[in-house]
Amino acid sequence: MEDFKQKALAGERLNFDDALNLYRDNDLLFLAKCARQMKERKSGNKIFYTINRHINLTNICSSNCPLCAFQVKDGDKRGFVLESADIEKILQDCQNTKNLSEVHIVSALHPNKNFDYYLNIVKQVKTALPKVDVKAFTPVEVVNFAKISGLSVKEVLIELQAAGLDSLPGGGAEIFSDRVRQIICPKKATAAEWLEVMQTAHELGIRTNASMMFGHIETIEERLQHLFTLRNLQDKTGGFQAFMLFPFHPANTILGAEKNIQCVGSWENLKMLALSRLILDNIDHFKAFWIMLTLPIAQLALGFGADDLDGTIGEEKIIHAAGAKTKTGITRSDLEKIIRETGYKPIRRDTFYQEVQNDNSASS
Amino acid sequence: MKDIEEKILSGERLTREDGLRLFNCNNLAWLGNMADTVRKKKCGDVVYYNVNCHVNLTNICTSRCKFCAFGRDFENQGAYAMTKAEALAVVADAIKNPNLAGLHIVSGLHPTWTFENYLEIVKAIHETYPTLYIKGFTGVEITHFAKISGLSVKEVLIKLRDEGGLQAIAGGGAEILSDRVRQIICPKKATAAEWLEVAKIAHGLGIKTNASMLYGHIETLAERVEHLIKLRELQDETHGFQNFIPFPFLPKNTELGKTVKQTSMWDDLRTIAISRLMLDNFDNIKAYWVMLTVPVAQVALGFGANDIDGTIHKETILHDAGATSPTALSEDNIIKIIREIGRIPAAVDCNFNILRRL
Ligand code: SF4
Ligand code: SF4
Repeated sequence: MEDFKQKALAGERLNFDDALNLYRDNDLLFLAKCARQMKERKSGNKIFYTINRHINLTNICSSNCPLCAFQVKDGDKRGFVLESADIEKILQDCQNTKNLSEVHIVSALHPNKNFDYYLNIVKQVKTALPKVDVKAFTPVEVVNFAKISGLSVKEVLIELQAAGLDSLPGGGAEIFSDRVRQIICPKKATAAEWLEVMQTAHELGIRTNASMMFGHIETIEERLQHLFTLRNLQDKTGGFQAFMLFPFHPANTILGAEKNIQCVGSWENLKMLALSRLILDNIDHFKAFWIMLTLPIAQLALGFGADDLDGTIGEEKIIHAAGAKTKTGITRSDLEKIIRETGYKPIRRDTFYQEVQNDNSASS
Repeated sequence: MKDIEEKILSGERLTREDGLRLFNCNNLAWLGNMADTVRKKKCGDVVYYNVNCHVNLTNICTSRCKFCAFGRDFENQGAYAMTKAEALAVVADAIKNPNLAGLHIVSGLHPTWTFENYLEIVKAIHETYPTLYIKGFTGVEITHFAKISGLSVKEVLIKLRDEGGLQAIAGGGAEILSDRVRQIICPKKATAAEWLEVAKIAHGLGIKTNASMLYGHIETLAERVEHLIKLRELQDETHGFQNFIPFPFLPKNTELGKTVKQTSMWDDLRTIAISRLMLDNFDNIKAYWVMLTVPVAQVALGFGANDIDGTIHKETILHDAGATSPTALSEDNIIKIIREIGRIPAAVDCNFNILRRL
């Protein structure tokens, strides 16, 4: 067996060339076997899920990334912005959701909303749901807050933390290559800015997730470089809890249309999942984000190194705008059943991967 | 599973008990890896596909199996029975594709058609398009023809071959080769023994056949294993099976589907892998994209499969059962699916003669 395969099988740390060789070797089931071993070293026979609620505050965006199917320009009649009264309604609904443990807020970069708008929403959510974790704002949004408020990234994060923010989601990373970002998202946070937000957050004790969006115009080397960049930062800070892969959904995007991009195939998806699991040996958890992958493929991903199915998810607008055909919510017993079928044990978790016991009263 | 792994790697035959242990093992990645290792050794890196057209002469069927969304009674909506001219028209349309190599002809057991009715149509197709291969008629149809014509199975097969140009027999109708299961899901059609008998007689005549398994309904895992063993035993005797095709049960619009849910991809992939491991005397395992969907079929090529079926032209039987896959794939699409995973596409006829290697 080649050297790079032996390293993967033994669970040793891979270097860039090993990773590239494994990619080119294209032995999906070998990668899966190694990835599964690594998953079991990290989380044994547990598969996590959470009961969460997604809130997208607005889809009106000043960034207009060609990769995005969610955003609209200011003045577009499909545009929406949630104001505090709208949030109130959602929160009432959340209060009635049994065992809710996380609210997940990500949004477009609204051209006219100031930082206080976002801060107040965090406060509002935390006040209504003091026991629920607030996971909100990707680094792209944080960088935007810094710009519009004149504060530093660190100051923004400190204010958010004081308002009740518990963790940051991992989106907006796309591919850490300025060549690629120039084409797919020229106006939003650069790779360096994204990483800086995460490093700062980790230093403040805010845990975050990480991600990669692949399957558009990036090269394989750029994908791998992205993963190694994340691994290096994680070596420094240890603040990433989970990683997720987003295959690019080309439908309804300018990027997809202009470059005539097709969806990533299932083989490539699973291969990237297993390979990322092997490269990111210092990140504990891997999400199979079922809403993007579809449930059956997400289940399969659990055999390829993922250990988290994410949530039951109240409402999801972003990915569905990009043509995802999955349902927008799923019941807990469905999720548990899917997990059990794989032979693993379903564990309901909070944002920090702590197991939570079921509680029969309402969640707040 | 170390002992099983050793057996697999040394090419030793797996037992019934091993098969059951494989089905009870949740390590999907390991299973896939084992099946893929065997596939590499046995089949190399070529993936077969065919440029074909499905012709279903009638969906009116006396059998009305509980898992079938295709079969109907005369008076049911959508019931049809093609005339010779209609069948020829389907082929005339399909042959606009210059790469069309042949036809896959399977149909319902029409209550008033005689064997001659079926034979006449195939004959006409064969005479009009002599260069197209004809694969068709499952063990169930052949058994039915023998019954309604008073001929023996052997005589039916000879007529189909010599007059109708039949070159290979389709693999369907095997379902689960257990009379317990058949009593429940398809009590009126060929029994397990009859199905196997047709295959055996065909092999004796030098006609190659395919084999299949319909899983994911009311069968037990032990019955799946038993099914594979029965096929393996007959194959030891005759070596006439070319290919094995696992079919997941599609519940939509079927009687059985009222109580049975669709299989997961997880189940589909392990079943492909275990089939590859158990059927050590079969050359080819097919990932039938129509039932599996294209994404699962592509991944299945890593779980032991080395055949992805064909372009089909227009699939109806499974789309009546709510199959969500397209009703046809272009050849370019099939080639892309195979190339994406680093394998070599080869177009074959119904007897696995390579027509074009790409
Ligand atoms: S990806 Fe985010 S920043 Fe870019 S246009 Fe979409 S919502 Fe705006
Ligand atoms: S499976 Fe075949 S025999 Fe049974 S009802 Fe359907 S068409 Fe008829």
